[in-house]
Amino acid sequence: MSAMSSTEQPTGRRWRASLFIVTAVIALPILVIFASLLLPFSTAWQHLFETVLTDYVTNSLILMIGVGFGTLLLGVSAAWLTGMCDFPGRKILSWAFLLPMAMPAYIIAYTYTGILDFSGPIQNSLRGIFDWQYGDYYFPQVRSLSGAICMLSLVLYPYVYMLVRVAFIEQSTAVLEASRNLGKRPWETLFQVAIPMARPAIVAGVSLALMETLADYGTVAYFGVNAFTTGIFRTWYGLGDLTTAAQLCAFLMLFVFALILAERWSRQRLRFHHDSAQKKMARMQLKGWRAILALSIGILIVSLGFIIPAGQLALWAATRIQENLNANFLSLLFNSFALASLASLCCLIIAIFLAYTKRVFNSRIELGAVGVASLGYAVPGTVIAVGVLIPVAWLDNQIDFLSKAWFNYPTGLLLSGTIGILVFAYVIRFLSVALNTVDSGLTAIKPSIDESARSLGATPVRVLSRVHLPILRTSLLTALLLVFVEVLKELPTTLILRPFNFNTLAVRTYELASDERLIDAALPALAIVIIGLLPVLLITKSILNERSTNE
Amino acid sequence: MNNQLILDQVTVKYGAIPAVSDATFSLVEGEIGCLLGPSGCGKTTLLRAIAGFEPVSTGSISLHGEFISTPRNTKAPEDRAVGMVFQDFALFPHLNVNKNIGFGLSNLSGAEKNLRITEMLELVGLTSVAERFPHELSGGQRQRIALARALAPSPQILLLDEPFSNLDAELRTQLAAEVRSLLKKNKVTALMVTHDQDEAFAMADKIALLNAGNIVQVDTPYKLYHKPGSLFAADFIGKGAVINVGIDAAGLLGNNLGSLSLNTLPEDFGNTVKLLVRPDDIAYDDTSDTKLEIVSKSFLGPNYLYELALNDGQLVPCLTHSHVDIAVGDELPVQFDLRHVVIFNPD
Amino acid sequence: MQRSTSLFHAIITTIAVSLLGIAPIESVFADEVNIYSARQESLIKPLLDRFTQKTGIEINMVTGKGDALLTRLKSEGMNSPADLLLTVDAGRLYRAQEAGVLQAVESLGLNNDIPSHLRSLDGQWYGLSVRARVLVYAKDRVQPSELSSYEALSDPTWKGRICIRSSSNIYNQSLVAGMIASQGMADTEIWLASFVSNFARPPAGGDRDQIKAVAAGQCDVAIVNSYYLGAMISSSDKTQQDAASKVALFWPNQKDRGTHINISGAGVTRAAKNIESAKQLISFLASNESQQWYADRNNEFPVRDTVQVSSTLDSWGPFKADTINVTELGRNNAEAIKAMDRAGWK
Repeated sequence: MSAMSSTEQPTGRRWRASLFIVTAVIALPILVIFASLLLPFSTAWQHLFETVLTDYVTNSLILMIGVGFGTLLLGVSAAWLTGMCDFPGRKILSWAFLLPMAMPAYIIAYTYTGILDFSGPIQNSLRGIFDWQYGDYYFPQVRSLSGAICMLSLVLYPYVYMLVRVAFIEQSTAVLEASRNLGKRPWETLFQVAIPMARPAIVAGVSLALMETLADYGTVAYFGVNAFTTGIFRTWYGLGDLTTAAQLCAFLMLFVFALILAERWSRQRLRFHHDSAQKKMARMQLKGWRAILALSIGILIVSLGFIIPAGQLALWAATRIQENLNANFLSLLFNSFALASLASLCCLIIAIFLAYTKRVFNSRIELGAVGVASLGYAVPGTVIAVGVLIPVAWLDNQIDFLSKAWFNYPTGLLLSGTIGILVFAYVIRFLSVALNTVDSGLTAIKPSIDESARSLGATPVRVLSRVHLPILRTSLLTALLLVFVEVLKELPTTLILRPFNFNTLAVRTYELASDERLIDAALPALAIVIIGLLPVLLITKSILNERSTNE
Repeated sequence: MNNQLILDQVTVKYGAIPAVSDATFSLVEGEIGCLLGPSGCGKTTLLRAIAGFEPVSTGSISLHGEFISTPRNTKAPEDRAVGMVFQDFALFPHLNVNKNIGFGLSNLSGAEKNLRITEMLELVGLTSVAERFPHELSGGQRQRIALARALAPSPQILLLDEPFSNLDAELRTQLAAEVRSLLKKNKVTALMVTHDQDEAFAMADKIALLNAGNIVQVDTPYKLYHKPGSLFAADFIGKGAVINVGIDAAGLLGNNLGSLSLNTLPEDFGNTVKLLVRPDDIAYDDTSDTKLEIVSKSFLGPNYLYELALNDGQLVPCLTHSHVDIAVGDELPVQFDLRHVVIFNPD
Repeated sequence: MQRSTSLFHAIITTIAVSLLGIAPIESVFADEVNIYSARQESLIKPLLDRFTQKTGIEINMVTGKGDALLTRLKSEGMNSPADLLLTVDAGRLYRAQEAGVLQAVESLGLNNDIPSHLRSLDGQWYGLSVRARVLVYAKDRVQPSELSSYEALSDPTWKGRICIRSSSNIYNQSLVAGMIASQGMADTEIWLASFVSNFARPPAGGDRDQIKAVAAGQCDVAIVNSYYLGAMISSSDKTQQDAASKVALFWPNQKDRGTHINISGAGVTRAAKNIESAKQLISFLASNESQQWYADRNNEFPVRDTVQVSSTLDSWGPFKADTINVTELGRNNAEAIKAMDRAGWK
């Protein structure tokens, strides 16, 4: 016992020290943005207050509520159907539901606009058939706030689906049976027991979706929806006022932080894991019209979120395949793939470190540190990029200055303009994706497992490597996949921070699409989707771990 | 009295493999039954069939005069007036005690519901924990809350799946007695599943013993113990040894075990019989001439349990007061008391 | 414990090594120009390749949004690797100039080739192509005689008939900035209020979408950059061609200040290490050959008259462009946005 505590003390101290170093480095760009609050508030604020700010805030709130509801509805339905029920086609659907994740929101927005807009093929042929003119008929406006809600919900629901499905599958069937036994129908059981018990997973999934929504610029800008990010960029690009833009962004982050705290606080007394000996899968067998309905709902979701837009992209891409498929395109493929792999690995390692630290030292300071480190997801990529760019360039210049002064040797910019700074920015931006996933996986491991391992003389590191990592395999792969796909789709950070002559699929897609050359943009967009599918397919099995493999 | 629960030749299959075959069993109102057997014998499957979680392949289950499970029709679990206490209690972790108990009371108005919850809490003596969450309760408290929750909607029958297995041993016997008196007082018909005969004896009026998917015997605890209908039952229930003993036409046993009254013997008993010897069938008697060598002994507090070797080397148990303390290897003077002894024909 | 620590080290080392491995090695060519370009790759790369082919000077490029590149340039300071900043509007060049990240380069040739209103007077930047913001109208519903100027679109006869994209778009900002410069803020505000109330729909989409909306009958007039119409006319996509064929181009303000124009342009950075090569590149981009390419490839107008324009551009006829110095567009940009915000132009 004494031997153990003597080795443990320095480990703990070293551990904490590394936590604060890692957190400080990761939080630096975010702190740079928060620091803007210390600068004087310019007259631009008065202008914003008097004119557009209310509009931005209202629209962003509506967007959040809409996407929150949309992803919840789609994600939980999909998770329930494939996790708890059985019907023909369930197995295919259970991975097909993940497909929309590979579809960047701005690309699905472009695609649906192309299909559904007033001048698109559908409305054109409607007018042709019925000889209608503009104003003769009602057709929902795709480029609108509700259109943006639909687009974002369609591509963001897989976050909810993935996490909630695992939660459903790992729920004690005894508890669900208890509910049936107490007179509740399957639907009532879903709403009164299964969903409330899956709350941590739902919250994790929906908050990922909401943070992505708050950070989205591409979709809202294209749809002409004036959301909060529009305000940030107009203030920066239009008014040329980077300080006010950073201050706006700081308020956005404060809002996100408040939301996270509110949620934590609201469930502080609750526990959600029920340890049960009874884990035998008892899927509800759907037959007849129920099976058809379930299958139809599944096909509808996957079609809207993936098949239709991807099909449209494929059609467009096919018309230009000869011109666009060249060596240049292959280098885009390689760059995107390599960058996404590297960044997702880095993210995962840091996420494991943070999630685990949070678990071992469960005190306010550590929780706060981890919370700050995971704020990046809600920050628009461009803002992260600037938050990274400024301090890193400053540091590079200081090193150069000192090196010149002391050794008469100019170092130039060491980190700025390299892949390193890009990966650093990705880690900041997507850490919370990995962290949320790893963390919810860890939460599902009872504290008593830690305690029993520790009491058997294992150090925290050993508990991690020998006990948790094997149990967490699924969560870790999920985290890796999520970040991989995110980085693949990522645009603004890449655009600003990348080195010379370095392009990615997302950059190319964006450049072409922003030039309104959707048809040429289709090939790189489709490539993003397809590469994004690879990891989805590769580890679908683990992500969708069935209860049988879990035993 | 009416039969509250009737299982009539029930077979439950998992896929093609029958987990329970031809089970027939019934309980009258207010009776406490028990499905007893080793793990994997199908007892839990049978309980789940009654609760409606497993369909039956043949036979029928009826509750209070109504068929609830037939091969053609399985009434949904939520439509049966069946209460169930799960092995791990399955309390809803996201609901506090009040809400857990009130969960099945959605047909009651708010005030009635609260009244019933309070009534249930009083019944199990836990009014003080009403606002707590399941993880804030002790094991025994959880068990009683699970009981209160299952009883709250006034089910026709209460099912208990290994209700005491998650509790420590001391709590187990105490709670079993408490639960029995509580059920009896409220005239609840109940059916429990357990692999532990002590629990079964402490709780049940009537025990169905299962082995490998078949009900092998249905009896009162007393009869099951003293009149086991099969070698399996004899072996599974209680302590004891089954010995092969030679017997002559007059009923005189070998090994100097004395004689058996002929009318307790089967018609054609042959030359040897299998005899179930319980520890209380052999009594310590320091006046006896019959002395058997002590092979081992264990101290049970009020008693010693000795293991003795017969002349031909077969081992038999003997229970004495704990102050009868003789060393292993020495001999114990005993008296055979064969009034309750159980005889089987050799196979 | 020991083993997992060394595993951790191994992973970190692997990552560090791969970071260095992937990072493109800083170019070692003596003859090179490093460009931060707000003009997207496909619309400049062929010209740059041609330049390398002719001179042997290598080009390295990062593309991105003008302001983001400017921020990068600013924070990298004198160590910035960029030699040249390319933008697609005058406002960003003006901002770069204000931020002090450009340097003046004197070139008699450039001063001769590029009219003075399309460059900074002290030689910090030079316009390289002209982008005109024009009116596009539905041929079957609007007579050219009904059209005259941007200003006239505030007339109530246009109520519910105008399509234009969001005020976040730089060309709308510069349009309004140009109006502020020529008419003053007060008149511009009055104009904005009526103009915005004439919109057929809330602004959404890009310039092509506005043209398509006119073709489809959702509105009668749109304000767009001319090269989008040019691209649709020469598009291989049938629906785009069809849409383009239903509309016609109108040069506004021919009787007064001229059609509003913006420029794409370039300036040599203060941190530049390859100044001569950068200057050479600007000259090349301003040359007849390059100007011809802009016109043919992207339907932009050359910065000087000596260049033969493409048939599409030719079909729109000659036009009178606003000769206000494009610096004014940058100077008034923030005020323009505020005015549009006040007018409720989304």
